[in-house]
Amino acid sequence: MMIEIRFHGRGGQGAVTAANILAEGAFLEGKYVQAFPFFGVERRGAPVTAFTRIDEKPIRIKTQIYEPDVVVVLDPSLLDTVDVTAGLKEGGMVIVNTEKTKEEVLEKLKKKPAKLTLVDATTIALEILGLPITNTSILGAVAKATGIVKIESVEEAIKETFSGELGEKNAKAAREAFEKTVVYEL
Amino acid sequence: MNTLFREKKANAKKIMFKSIDEYPEVPITLGTTLSNFTGDWRNFMPVVDESKCIKCYICWKFCPEPAIYIKEDGYIAVDYDYCKGCGVCANECPTKAITMVREEK
Amino acid sequence: MPKKVISGNYAAAYAAKHARVEVVAAYPITPQTSIIEKIAEFIANGEVENLEYVPVESEHSAMAACIGASATGARTFTATSAQGLALMHEMLHWAAGARLPVVMVNVNRAMAPPWSVWDDQTDSLAQRDTGWLQFYAENNQEVYDGVLMAFKIGEHEKVNLPVMIIESAFILSHTYDVVDMLEQEEVDEFLPPRKPLYSLTDFDNPFSIGALGTPADYYEFRYKIAKAMEEAKKIIKEVGKEFGEKFGRDYSQMIELYKTDDADIVFMGMGSLMGTVKEAVEILRSEGYKVGAAKVRWFRPFPREELYELAKSVQGIAVLDRNFSFGQEGILFNEAKGVLYNTGAKPIMKNYIVGLGGRDLTVNDVRKIANNMKKIIEKGELDKEIDWYHLKR
Repeated sequence: MMIEIRFHGRGGQGAVTAANILAEGAFLEGKYVQAFPFFGVERRGAPVTAFTRIDEKPIRIKTQIYEPDVVVVLDPSLLDTVDVTAGLKEGGMVIVNTEKTKEEVLEKLKKKPAKLTLVDATTIALEILGLPITNTSILGAVAKATGIVKIESVEEAIKETFSGELGEKNAKAAREAFEKTVVYEL
Repeated sequence: MNTLFREKKANAKKIMFKSIDEYPEVPITLGTTLSNFTGDWRNFMPVVDESKCIKCYICWKFCPEPAIYIKEDGYIAVDYDYCKGCGVCANECPTKAITMVREEK
Repeated sequence: MPKKVISGNYAAAYAAKHARVEVVAAYPITPQTSIIEKIAEFIANGEVENLEYVPVESEHSAMAACIGASATGARTFTATSAQGLALMHEMLHWAAGARLPVVMVNVNRAMAPPWSVWDDQTDSLAQRDTGWLQFYAENNQEVYDGVLMAFKIGEHEKVNLPVMIIESAFILSHTYDVVDMLEQEEVDEFLPPRKPLYSLTDFDNPFSIGALGTPADYYEFRYKIAKAMEEAKKIIKEVGKEFGEKFGRDYSQMIELYKTDDADIVFMGMGSLMGTVKEAVEILRSEGYKVGAAKVRWFRPFPREELYELAKSVQGIAVLDRNFSFGQEGILFNEAKGVLYNTGAKPIMKNYIVGLGGRDLTVNDVRKIANNMKKIIEKGELDKEIDWYHLKR
């Protein structure tokens, strides 16, 4: 079965890179993948959408993802302005980078997902990278919550994307987030 | 033979394509100066008086064809195969060493 | 080289590298830029030898530089998009007329105004009559394979014409997808060095290029190009077959047929949208629709014979045009209808104008089109010939 993931972030947070790294991670496990940005004119701070598809067979479909299985929100402030659950499949999951509680987040979602996953990726990114760039740490949460890819594959894909120390640090951030992610069945 | 292209000119063949198979695949060098003479367009021919020539080569620079060449002795000469008789050389010559003479063929 | 997850633009850049291009002259434009950036990176990292990169001040100059380079015998590559391609227009005629097998990737992007950076085929189709071969890629793999085949086909002694490999803005250019690249030795074996028809560096036999063609000669040179285009069909099939035998991906058909054998309705179109259409065909078949897809890979030369064969066996063809010729109709529709006019094959044909400026054509859209076509075939007459399918009403 094809799994479709939609990332919501702001320009500069690395949502597009997150979609690519997730695809790379799944590819390393022998899957077919597709990753692409919503083809906007990206500017720093503007809402950005990116997509990843993962399947056992070659992926032919070339449209945006309208009915995602998983929604990943890199910036909690987007919950107030964007309907991140738009089109979310029945039984779908939402993963949010936030320091808020389950109840506080649910209040902001238009549609109740089957699973809600929370992680404070910003704090992890600030501690390990020294920058509030949450795209690699959030992938730790994606690995934990969905099981689509192993955390080891995410780490490897991160190191392929960023070389040297930068890769090590980002992989560490993903692992840290993987450990700290909390998954709620609703 | 002391002309612009010397023996090359004598051996040149005129390029003519009669059927599609004779055409080259690509339009390079459809005609050539070696075989396409323009001298017969001329009504007036430039005649050089070497006693007045100071070898300044202004005529050589100005000839639009160019049909003027420099001989081994340093004087200029006209290749009448190409000279169209425009008279620019005679007009530019500072010592009036070139005269345009009426020519009927 | 193993499989890699790369964008369509990187697939194009890698293919150019593996083809051992000798000259690249290009000017940046979204969404093409990452092709030439990647090539510049290959040079900066010392990953390529004997590659001259010529930075120029416009696309017109880019093509002019490619023409000059190609005329010396060099294997030459460039890339552009939309307004950039339009600015090249004059030089495109020149490359074909001088019989220079330049290979160019054009990233299909909608023409302005209004400004758009999204997918639309009108930019490349507006260059239909320039004498370039045109290949529309469905996915990143086809971008890679297409560029490699383009050199072999364009440089073939019976062709000697430039080739445009066309990919969709963002949908391919910036989408990461699995691409199975070849080993350098495999490419070298498939694509030997170019043997030019002529070379400006042949100093022993000087000649002029760009000679005057009077009414006594010009006509014959047009015929030569027409004939080379016709020959190119054979060469495309030969090279496509060879590619399939060597590397497992067959390109011997200029129109790729998908589940058309017993189909009543066939969706015909070009480029990336045909990936979605194939997916839709599989889904619709499971729902009982007798549908198939015909992906026109090569638009120039136009696969007249293959289209005729297909048209004989189907009741209806829905032509999906991500392009439009103002004052007429979708361009593929126009051409396909024209080809069939003098044949016995007369399926019902309808033109759906879809996806202009990057609007998505979804699986559900294809289902709606299938339902519309079914009704038309039952009634035996068209509701309308040209359908602005997505129009907000």
